[in-house]
Amino acid sequence: MSLGELPFLQQLTLVLAAVVLFTSFALLEQARLVAAIHAFAWQGLLVAMVTAIVAASGGYPHLFFSAALTLGLKVLLIPWMLHRLVHRLQLDRHREPLRRPALITMAALALVIFSYWLVLPLVQQELLFTRNIVAVSLAVVLIGLLMMVIRAQAVVQVLGFMSIENGLFLAAVSATGGMPLVVELGVAFDVLVAMVLFGVFFFQISESIDSLDVDRLNSLTERAEEES
Amino acid sequence: MSALSWILILPLAGALLLAIIRNLQWAGWLNVLISTATFIATLALAFTVVEEGVLLSGLFRVDDFNVYLLVLTAFVGMTTTIFSRPYMQHVCDSGRINHRGMRLYHSMFQTFMFTMLLALSTDNLGVLWVSVEGATLATVLLVSLYRTPEAIEAAWKYFILCGVGISLALFGTVLMYSAAQHVIADPAAGLSWSTLYGVASQLEPSIMSLAFVFLLVGYGTKIGLVPMHQWLPDAHSEGPTPMSAVLSGLLLNVALYAVVRLKMLVDGSLAATASPHLAGNLLMGFGLLSFIVAGLFLHRQRDIKRMFSYSSIEHMGLMTFAFGLGGPLATFGALLHMLVHSLTKSAIFITVGHATHIAGTQSIDHIRGLIRTQPAVGWGLLLGVAAIAGFPPFGVFTSEFLLLTATMQSQPWLTLVLLTGLAVAFAGLFRHLHPMVYGPVPEGQQPVSANMLPVAVHLGLVLWLGLSIPDFLARWLDRATELITGVHLL
Repeated sequence: MSLGELPFLQQLTLVLAAVVLFTSFALLEQARLVAAIHAFAWQGLLVAMVTAIVAASGGYPHLFFSAALTLGLKVLLIPWMLHRLVHRLQLDRHREPLRRPALITMAALALVIFSYWLVLPLVQQELLFTRNIVAVSLAVVLIGLLMMVIRAQAVVQVLGFMSIENGLFLAAVSATGGMPLVVELGVAFDVLVAMVLFGVFFFQISESIDSLDVDRLNSLTERAEEES
Repeated sequence: MSALSWILILPLAGALLLAIIRNLQWAGWLNVLISTATFIATLALAFTVVEEGVLLSGLFRVDDFNVYLLVLTAFVGMTTTIFSRPYMQHVCDSGRINHRGMRLYHSMFQTFMFTMLLALSTDNLGVLWVSVEGATLATVLLVSLYRTPEAIEAAWKYFILCGVGISLALFGTVLMYSAAQHVIADPAAGLSWSTLYGVASQLEPSIMSLAFVFLLVGYGTKIGLVPMHQWLPDAHSEGPTPMSAVLSGLLLNVALYAVVRLKMLVDGSLAATASPHLAGNLLMGFGLLSFIVAGLFLHRQRDIKRMFSYSSIEHMGLMTFAFGLGGPLATFGALLHMLVHSLTKSAIFITVGHATHIAGTQSIDHIRGLIRTQPAVGWGLLLGVAAIAGFPPFGVFTSEFLLLTATMQSQPWLTLVLLTGLAVAFAGLFRHLHPMVYGPVPEGQQPVSANMLPVAVHLGLVLWLGLSIPDFLARWLDRATELITGVHLL
């Protein structure tokens, strides 16, 4: 079955999932912190829309609740908290240009291809539709990981962490029609607490090294111990 | 109310209460009281399970495997609070942390205990994930409690590495759930371990093996498996000592417990395929690598708590290897090793806490002459290290002997690797230990008020387990072995 023969709502979901992946790339390459936070909020909005459409088309009423939860948490609350933190830390105009952008884009592309390859075993089992979205969500997770590896700015690392959560949520919605409610609430609670703790850490780190460049947190290595 | 609900309500209520109590004296005692009550509740639960068999209710499942870990967790939690009451008071008096820090410590300690007990008693794989992540969140602020630049760095590393690692485990859980949905009609039951275990042979093998890789990397980060172990020595060395004791003694066990439960599902699914031992082989590989690498790293440590955290990685590697090896003998040995390692390692960290207060530093080069300054601490450290290094007649010797025998049976060549690794680790520990215990006493070194009772109790238990495992405990572990491998040993 080709993509064109899918029902309209499923095609729409696929398009939205693809845009989620696109926002992942946008997030990866953003130099300005505020713009990166906006990109993250857009990604959350798209994930919430996918959830709502899956809820409508697949007949999973409890997914409407998940969509609302995502909207409240990932689109409004967390970006708002990050905005406030960035403002209080006076990083509104902070720019953090990417070193070697071409190489990183290539690496991210390779991760997308790798994700599609990894979900090939799902081929006998699942519909074409689900497999695509699982691949996209795995790619979002892996690009989030890549972002945390290459970016040394604490706020950007947190955005990477949160976009990994977005990818996981997308996978849960598309591959399984959402996790049971108690699990979803637990995960949302953990994400919220994590965000609060990240905020605390921003202040602790900037007090400690007078910047949020976590590459400077490097005293605890095996080699440093030998020298001391 | 049942014992199980008390086990979860007590620490949760304690966490809330301790967050608002301003009197630190009371808070310290209340912390001890709550942990003791929790321990008594786990004992009551254990009796119920022994008499009535598996306890299944809604989100929870308690069987012979996890009930023994529940008792162990509550026990170590209790002795750690007994140790930490005067210890943290001393830290507070010395001005390293303020009153708010103490309240945070007490409250987060109980939150941590709650997440551990929830992770052990739940039947739902999603709740398991949520509580293991919750354990990270509860401990991350404790690692940075002293607010030194090193502590903040360690906490950030811990947060990021464990947070990312554990999110990969969530992806694995989602994949497992999607595999379950083709088999189980009721979607709400798709994350229930008991239900999944019943239909394990019908779960799609390709999805399950992909899921297991993600789950192993995720929970393996928390076990401290090499190469995902980077956070562990930092978090242990920079956090307060009672935290190191429960991280090493309990958190690593719980993560390993999760992996073993998931391996049981994957083994069931892969049984009929061409590679039935995929999960076991992965565990053996990661376990052996951690065991060897950590043993080598022991030699180059300068910080006493860092050294013992590498020792924890080494032992977790050994247990992971043993669970991967499978079979009743190796599994029995691994279960026993989990028990004796937790008891010994938390005793060692408690002693190390006192030793660092005596010497005023964590640097191995500057801790000298403990046995002459304060014989109780010196002997505690000496005996603790002798026990963890696997000297007879301590219990670690028994479990390692069982593991070696099991390896000899199924993978004879690996016995050599294990023996070499044990010898390397032994040398690594003792080359540092000898001068710390016997070396010349630095001028002006004074004894501190030390509470060695928990250490004596732990080491006494480990000695008892080495001399003769009591019959009821042997049968208990045997039933857990039967649950995991399907075959019983005794």
